Amino acid sequence: MNLTDPALLNSYSLYALYSAMAVYALAFIAFAVDLARRSSAVDAIEAADLVEADAAPAAGAAPAGAAASAGSTRVVERPALKHPVLSRISARMDNDAALPYGRSSSLRVGVALTVLAWALHLAATIMRGFAADRVPWANMYEFAMTGTLLIMTVFLIVLIRSDLRFLGTFVTGLVLVLLGVAALQFYVEVAPLPPALQSAWLVIHVFVASLATGMFALGFALSTVQLLQFRRENHVLEGAAAPRGAVASALRLRFLATLPSSATLENLAYRINIIGFILWTFTLMAGSIWAEQAWGRYWGWDTKEVWTFIIWVIYAGYIHARATRGWRGSRSAWLAIIGFAAVMFNFGIVNVFFKGLHAYSGL
Amino acid sequence: MAALSRPSDHIDSRPQTPQAGVVQPKLGVTGWLRWFWRQLTSMRTALFLLLMLAIASIPGSLVPQRTSDPNGVTQYFSDHPDLAPILDKLQAFDVYTSAWFSSIYLLLFISLIGCVIPRTKHHFQALRAKPPTTPARLARLSGFTTRDAPAQTDAATAITHARTVLKSSGYRVARFDSDTESSVSAERGYLRETGNLVFHAALVGVLVTVGFGGGYGFAGQRVLVEGQTFVNTLLAYDSFNPGRFFDDTTLDPYTLSLDDFSVSYEQRNLQAYGQPIDFTADVTVTPKGETSEPGVVKVNGPLRTNGTNIYLLGNGYAPTITVTAPDGTVVFSDSVPFLPQDANLTSLGIVKVPDGLAEQLGMIGFFYPTQDKMDTGANFSSYPDLEYPLLTLNVYTGDLGLDDGVPTSVYALTTDDLTQQTGGTTGVDSIELKPGASAELPNGLGAVSFVDTNPTASATGDFTQSVPRFASFDIHHDPTQIWLISFSALVLFGLFTGLLVPRRRVWVKATTRADGSVHLEYAGLARGDDPALEAAVTAVADRHLKLLKTHQPAVATPESPPKR
Ligand code: HEM
Repeated sequence: MNLTDPALLNSYSLYALYSAMAVYALAFIAFAVDLARRSSAVDAIEAADLVEADAAPAAGAAPAGAAASAGSTRVVERPALKHPVLSRISARMDNDAALPYGRSSSLRVGVALTVLAWALHLAATIMRGFAADRVPWANMYEFAMTGTLLIMTVFLIVLIRSDLRFLGTFVTGLVLVLLGVAALQFYVEVAPLPPALQSAWLVIHVFVASLATGMFALGFALSTVQLLQFRRENHVLEGAAAPRGAVASALRLRFLATLPSSATLENLAYRINIIGFILWTFTLMAGSIWAEQAWGRYWGWDTKEVWTFIIWVIYAGYIHARATRGWRGSRSAWLAIIGFAAVMFNFGIVNVFFKGLHAYSGL
Repeated sequence: MAALSRPSDHIDSRPQTPQAGVVQPKLGVTGWLRWFWRQLTSMRTALFLLLMLAIASIPGSLVPQRTSDPNGVTQYFSDHPDLAPILDKLQAFDVYTSAWFSSIYLLLFISLIGCVIPRTKHHFQALRAKPPTTPARLARLSGFTTRDAPAQTDAATAITHARTVLKSSGYRVARFDSDTESSVSAERGYLRETGNLVFHAALVGVLVTVGFGGGYGFAGQRVLVEGQTFVNTLLAYDSFNPGRFFDDTTLDPYTLSLDDFSVSYEQRNLQAYGQPIDFTADVTVTPKGETSEPGVVKVNGPLRTNGTNIYLLGNGYAPTITVTAPDGTVVFSDSVPFLPQDANLTSLGIVKVPDGLAEQLGMIGFFYPTQDKMDTGANFSSYPDLEYPLLTLNVYTGDLGLDDGVPTSVYALTTDDLTQQTGGTTGVDSIELKPGASAELPNGLGAVSFVDTNPTASATGDFTQSVPRFASFDIHHDPTQIWLISFSALVLFGLFTGLLVPRRRVWVKATTRADGSVHLEYAGLARGDDPALEAAVTAVADRHLKLLKTHQPAVATPESPPKR
């Protein structure tokens, strides 16, 4: 292929992007299958527990404490489900799932497909950059492409350190939706940078903003699962005295039993969100430095600036909430969720529909 | 969830004030003030005010703001004549200076100051305090791990080495010895709280700088046509907004000339054909009594000179137009900046000739750098550069309204007291001029010509030099920018350390067993979010043991194998 022909390069970029989307879709399916399997594994264990409880009524007295590893019906004694207040004082971050869940082939397939899709996505983004002969994040289409690439990159890097593969459906799903909207609604042909965007700050400011968005996306996912998990834990605590079957049927998302406790999820979400917050603070500052160079003022309450500020304040609120009595746990999780909603709003709605100086959507 | 809670000496740990109110039913004035102050400086209030701030910022993005979009506000008033005055009463067009928005952030910052001062005091004390006594039972703490000291190491020596290990890792240490055991208590990461305090204090710095900073500077605008020169004095500005504390006499009277304004347009990529890819203003700056220096102003590259920053904010064409009376006297001759109306620089300009002709004359001109005709016969510009320039003029006569003493804009013509003579519904064609051409004005008023600034090139069909360009510059002076950037740097520094530096306590305890061997225990306590605590405790244990082994007396005998 002729790598010097921008039009050709751009069409290869599009092919690569569409292939990436197809592979992400497959990965999404694999992750979804994994969640379904987790649910049925939980069912199997609980059914076995019931049998056991029937056989030995004494075991039914402490059902929450009984758990088994997936794939076997061997019941082992484990410590009781940790109520947040009773949780240990250490900062250990192991997977403290109520029902540990063994190795899963669909999970591994999901990750492998995600890595493949990510590679295609990366190739698409790089080719777009070469086709345009500049950084590939100068309009909505490119920003979506690079932003989702970074969300995925952050996810894959975090996977190396913590086993968050259970978020695979969410992350691949989110990226698929965003890429779909980008390719169908925001697509624009390669165009040179208008003078207003010719700045080193485009590279820094927008890149860091995307990176922060990647963090916030993961934080959002963790906070959401945290809320669901917390609900489940409450059910289990309340249902400890009730017959086991009632508890099981009150819970829809049974796979939650195989995921870390809400306290662990909250800590993970916090760690990821504070990184996002630091990056966002930098984005805001870099933005005002750039605004000073381009428009002669560092802050003018332009719509985009307003929303960047709102997001910053919401996440500052989130960090505070975590240190405020009565706001830890679910309430602060809601703030993280609202924060990410604002991030998406800022990207999807403010860019396109609000009037302002940041008219870079390219539409 | 004690795991990640803040240290117990954190501000939120003091008794909750509502309880205080319950316990003491009678509060005097000072009691109430005190109660109010406690409420205001509590974490809960800070959180509430932060969330209020976020919510209060939203309307400013939904309704146009006077500061950032004055035309939008005018438009809003004409689109929503009923709603707009009500919104205006609520200061919805000035959200960020409104009473309600200001009270939220002022309360927030009062709360912040009230919160940070006692914490700073507290932190200073903590910085000087010794780490606390070693807890009796380490096994309940995180990262608890045990080792056996190498033979012939006594408890006191083991702790001496532990102290060395901890000190070299940046811990502050305190040693405790008794008959049966020795221990060292260590703490590190005071920088976490320092960072947090620096962060909050720097936020106050940013607010104060932004609040007062504008007062010490000025912002002015000036349009310059190629070849024109401007002297940095009050009267030379087209518009000038001094800050409250700015003294006009401090303006440094340097001169700025626009020598050349060059633009390049995309021509290879057909998808983006005609998109501007570069604007460059070549200028000459001459400080008073000094030699001239060339400079460049670009869209993302302001020129910083003589204490001012010069920004390039707009540009366009400034056709040179001459009006002559019937007797041949030139009554008007100027390069008139025409304001661009679209991406292909169809531009609109106004010419006013109040004196010298039989009647006052006003002209509304359209300039098309590359003129083309639509099917309807209307002109439009199909390319922003000067390929086939055309100037059209609609002529008005009558009273220009300049004598009423009311300031009028040079970019608008009030046609109320004027009679249209050409174009529109007059039945007379508008005047159309190519560079270098002239035409008679209606009613024998005189003549108008469109001066070609480079007739030689135009004769060969190259019009690119025929019409001068103008650049509009914003000239700002803001002595507080350096402060702002410094406080911002502190904010970032505080954030990094306040959120990422782990603050932790680590204890090492050595107990002598009945058989004389020494049992070592290690444990830690997180003070704030600290994912690496356990790894850190283990690392201390490993390093400690390694050190003990290297310092083991040479006569060591392998009598007791390590046991668990
Ligand atoms: C303009 C308003 C404020 C903003 C934007 C803000 C922002 C932040 C941020 C980003 C952090 C985490 C950074 C760090 O620890 O270094 C933080 C922490 C903290 N802030 Fe504020 N803050 C504000 C006002 C206040 C006020 C009024 C108080 C006191 C009532 C306060 C008390 C605290 C405390 C105690 C922490 C530590 C939280 C922890 O360690 O988890 N802040 N604040």
